[in-house]
Amino acid sequence: MTLTQLQEVVKTLEMPAYTARQLAEWLYHKDVEHIAGMTNLSLANRNRLETTYELGLTPHSKVQESSDGTRKYLFPAGNGLYVEAAYIPEKTRSTLCLSTQVGCKMGCLFCMTGKQGFQKNLSAGQILNQIRSLPEKAQLTNIVYMGMGEPFDNPDAVMQSLEILTSAWGFAWSPRRITVSTIGILPSMERFLKESDCHLAVSLHSPFDDERRQLMPVQHIYPIDEVIRCIRSFDMGRQRRVSFEYIMFEGVNDTPRHVNALSRLLHGLRCRINLMRFHPVPGTPLRGSADDVITSFAESLNRKGIRTTIRASRGQDIDAACGLLSTRTLLKDRSKEY
Amino acid sequence: MKPAKPNLVFSTVHLSANVEIAPNVHLLRMDKPFAFKAGQVIGIRLDAGQPHRLYSIASGEQEDKLEVLFDINPEGLLTPSLAKLRPGDALEISTPFGFFLNSPGPACWIATGTGIAPFRSMFRTGPYENKTLIHGARNARMFFFQDDFQSVLGQYYIRCSSRGVISDGYNGRLTQYLSEKKDLSPETTYMLCGNAEMVVEVRDLLISRGIPFGQIRAEIYF
Repeated sequence: MTLTQLQEVVKTLEMPAYTARQLAEWLYHKDVEHIAGMTNLSLANRNRLETTYELGLTPHSKVQESSDGTRKYLFPAGNGLYVEAAYIPEKTRSTLCLSTQVGCKMGCLFCMTGKQGFQKNLSAGQILNQIRSLPEKAQLTNIVYMGMGEPFDNPDAVMQSLEILTSAWGFAWSPRRITVSTIGILPSMERFLKESDCHLAVSLHSPFDDERRQLMPVQHIYPIDEVIRCIRSFDMGRQRRVSFEYIMFEGVNDTPRHVNALSRLLHGLRCRINLMRFHPVPGTPLRGSADDVITSFAESLNRKGIRTTIRASRGQDIDAACGLLSTRTLLKDRSKEY
Repeated sequence: MKPAKPNLVFSTVHLSANVEIAPNVHLLRMDKPFAFKAGQVIGIRLDAGQPHRLYSIASGEQEDKLEVLFDINPEGLLTPSLAKLRPGDALEISTPFGFFLNSPGPACWIATGTGIAPFRSMFRTGPYENKTLIHGARNARMFFFQDDFQSVLGQYYIRCSSRGVISDGYNGRLTQYLSEKKDLSPETTYMLCGNAEMVVEVRDLLISRGIPFGQIRAEIYF
């Protein structure tokens, strides 16, 4: 809950107004596990809270560890549904890739999450539970909203979770350590750019309209040039980062023509392109570009002044790498309308 | 640098009809303050303080009124209220946008449920002479506008009923029909509209049957 929501709670329960900040302190700074542990609240108030609320902490139900140290956690999301979160330790930092939805509606051709369809939005509490209940919480340095689901298809919960994460009364994380990734749902992305200071990552994957439509149906509704035009209209300051995710598909989007078009599309925009190896999903007609093609593509973009890096694949052997998170096999038989 | 595109512009329009065409499925008819292209979507909200939701336009380009089709999501913010609207009530709609558009070449339109809406718009606008429409639904009552499609498209209108038995269609899931269909042309454009799971499942099936992914266009609900 945000501070405003906590203030509503204490008002409804006829508690002193300052109790809201005490609650935030317990929830987000002291990591209390039970309402009974909020010892600076009167016993009567603790009892009143316990009759109506619970902390909602849900431990993971399964963990898998990759040979590279990445750990994939399975978190229950209610009603027999689950989400995955990937903890990615590196030498100088440790990142959590968290989920915002069970499944996804976006139907991108290269993504495993989309193959399970869409089941539900996570609440802000369920999003934050992936951090709060992470065994390595104390080691975390970065959080990326890049797991299951499209964050900006669940904007209220995502924005609430960011508010709680970055507020002084909340987890007090620097927004510079948080990145939200989107395929470019414009209304919610605009809201995010206005209301948050966190970094933005946009799944680009092709600079060409027709080609991107084949890879990402959202292009029919929110074309990438309008997404970029929207980003250009915001003053991002010197600290806030915009990056573009670009999965390299052999013979599809890895040619010099794409380098030139990307250069034109992003000209003058302070940003970075992250090139990513494709992690094949079942039934896909796509193949990943060879390493030397990726390297050459990155060099060409850098020569054109577009800062480009190649992202290391992590957790591929446990299906924790980018685009592979899915809880499809855990879904019980569901009726379909078609 | 191009100027930033302004946010969607909304107009207040008035409802002329709200018809429940099947259980929990409504067709709204309203003023048409702008021209559009068949296959485009509009944002709808009840008032300026609310977030909007996107709906495909279901009427033809040349018609006087605008129509949208929706089913009620009991947990949704908007559809339970939309379902209660009466003729004369006001709502706000955005300018149309989107690029899931008809093309002159041969195409196979594949829809489930209310995903039929953009294809109805294309059908009522034309051309439809070289189009096949495949609609998947639970039972006979959920094949919206079937009389219109049947009378014009004839054998090129195929209904797939996943549960109820129908006499002049395919009894089985839409994906089953497609997997059994022998003449899937790789030159045809396949246009899919429905929920995410259907779109992904049908797309995978078509690709497994040798259809190049470049021939597949998908519209998603969100």
